[in-house]
Amino acid sequence: MKKTAIMRIAGTKYLAEGIYRTELVPVSPTDDLGGVIPGQFIGIYPNDRTALLPRPISICRYNPFGSGNGGSYTVVYRTVGKGTNELAGLSFGDSVRVIGMLGNGYDLDAFAGKRTLLLGGGIGIPPLLELAARIRAKNRELGEIQRKTSGKNQSEKLYCGRLTAALGYRNSELFLMEEFASAADEVIVATDDGSVGTHGTCIDAARAAGTGFDVIAACGPMPMLRGVKTFAAERNVPAYISLEERMACGVGVCLGCVVKTKEKDAHSNVNNARVCTEGPVFLAEDVDI
Amino acid sequence: MDLSVKIAGVELKNPVMTASGTFGSGMEYSEFVDLGKLGAVVTKGVSSVPWEGNPTPRVAETDSGMLNAIGLQNPGLDVFLKRDLPFLAAQDTKVIVNVCGHTEEEYLDVVERLSDEPRVSMLEINVSCPNVKRGALQFGQDPGELEKLTARIKEKAGQPIIMKLTPNVTNIADLARAAQAGGADALSMINTLLGMKIDVERQRFVLANRTGGLSGPAIKPVAVRCVYQCAQAVSIPIIGMGGIASGEDAVEFLLAGASAVAVGMMNFHDPKTTEKVIDGLRAYMERHHVSDVKELIGAVRG
Repeated sequence: MKKTAIMRIAGTKYLAEGIYRTELVPVSPTDDLGGVIPGQFIGIYPNDRTALLPRPISICRYNPFGSGNGGSYTVVYRTVGKGTNELAGLSFGDSVRVIGMLGNGYDLDAFAGKRTLLLGGGIGIPPLLELAARIRAKNRELGEIQRKTSGKNQSEKLYCGRLTAALGYRNSELFLMEEFASAADEVIVATDDGSVGTHGTCIDAARAAGTGFDVIAACGPMPMLRGVKTFAAERNVPAYISLEERMACGVGVCLGCVVKTKEKDAHSNVNNARVCTEGPVFLAEDVDI
Repeated sequence: MDLSVKIAGVELKNPVMTASGTFGSGMEYSEFVDLGKLGAVVTKGVSSVPWEGNPTPRVAETDSGMLNAIGLQNPGLDVFLKRDLPFLAAQDTKVIVNVCGHTEEEYLDVVERLSDEPRVSMLEINVSCPNVKRGALQFGQDPGELEKLTARIKEKAGQPIIMKLTPNVTNIADLARAAQAGGADALSMINTLLGMKIDVERQRFVLANRTGGLSGPAIKPVAVRCVYQCAQAVSIPIIGMGGIASGEDAVEFLLAGASAVAVGMMNFHDPKTTEKVIDGLRAYMERHHVSDVKELIGAVRG
């Protein structure tokens, strides 16, 4: 269920130039948003009364036991304007109003037990961290089941599937890189300036590494996602991409954030789907980007 | 305390409704708001066939407001009747359908097909959207055209008609008089103000449509002035809107001469804004010992 809630700032950390990590905790049990599907987002309303629209920001990490009032919700964002600048400047204990959970998120069953390639570009990297952690947990569960049912000894592999994260950064400030290193089986890096890893995008890095995969989950800027769509079509694998579009309401009312779709959308009755509601995660082949 | 008002013979339990395009057909916000508390739900614009709307970006925030150039994307009347109207009719509130069209025929088609629909209490005719290139605004900006279109619609309509006026004219009172002369049962105002935003870093228009309609608290003083001007010019009731966020904002519009009000862009800021406005209105009336909300309508005079 969607709701508006008040969250307290439990800490903000500078991660890289213009990139911050903020942990939000509900101020009361009724303010908890009841968890997250990786890829879902919240809208954060600035306290500045001249900035009235919620800022859509994906959840980077969720800890169900993260606070006395329920979970804790971590967002990692780039400061690009009034809202995100205000958020980064809030102090421990300050509060913000949020709306959530919003959007569909990634369907874990599409990745569980498979060789998954995560493609993250810039500020599209953070939401893939929660996804990586959930896929990893799922792969372990599947591994356990397989080990038990096969009746073989304990030396059988513990995990099913395989998780590769290819991350594209602007420069050598590799935010969240360590977290990915512990969540994924393999991490590949690309930088725009060539200072670390492949000189280019995360797709270039994935090509260079040559790791095999059955499915892609991607989040990043639109030009990158177009590249992902092509890359996935070349390899004939499904790619689940998380889109970004200018939004107003965040809940499917205003029809501001639509994306062109291949088929007629059930809700809109035209070839437009709402990024905030039918998305932000779409199968790449279903959208015209 | 009596909060009820009557618009063109239709009784509303209170004067607070939703502004078209900011509340869909009520379904999404029903998770946040008890629709049964509202005076009426005004739907997003419905056209005779589905409309795709404009390219994105369609929205942009501005200081204390926002620009939109959605372009009246909607699923068309058939889907509205099959999916949205049954949902709305099951709520304890009045349903006002906002009608849009590119041509006179398109307006009339929707109006006629809704004419014997008992679940619809009133029609609001959108002749004032700044984001649709053909037709709509042309009718809405020319008093002569507006009077003719109003008369044609009134002839076919089975429900009272509300003409929604644009502020993007030299004298909105001329439009109000024209709509009244054409037989409008009520007026609503204001639709959005035509605006533009430029991204100075990229040196590009922010909206794909270049221009968009400005709404939100930034336009409230313009809207209050328009309501006041039109209330002096016509005798039919006026539904006022433009940046309403609180009970006091609603009172301001009532004092200026509106018989009812609508909450628009501020739904996006807080989905519970409509309820807050109703509660705030009630608190204001208590504070000022007003027993009947109708006492506030047009109560401010020069």
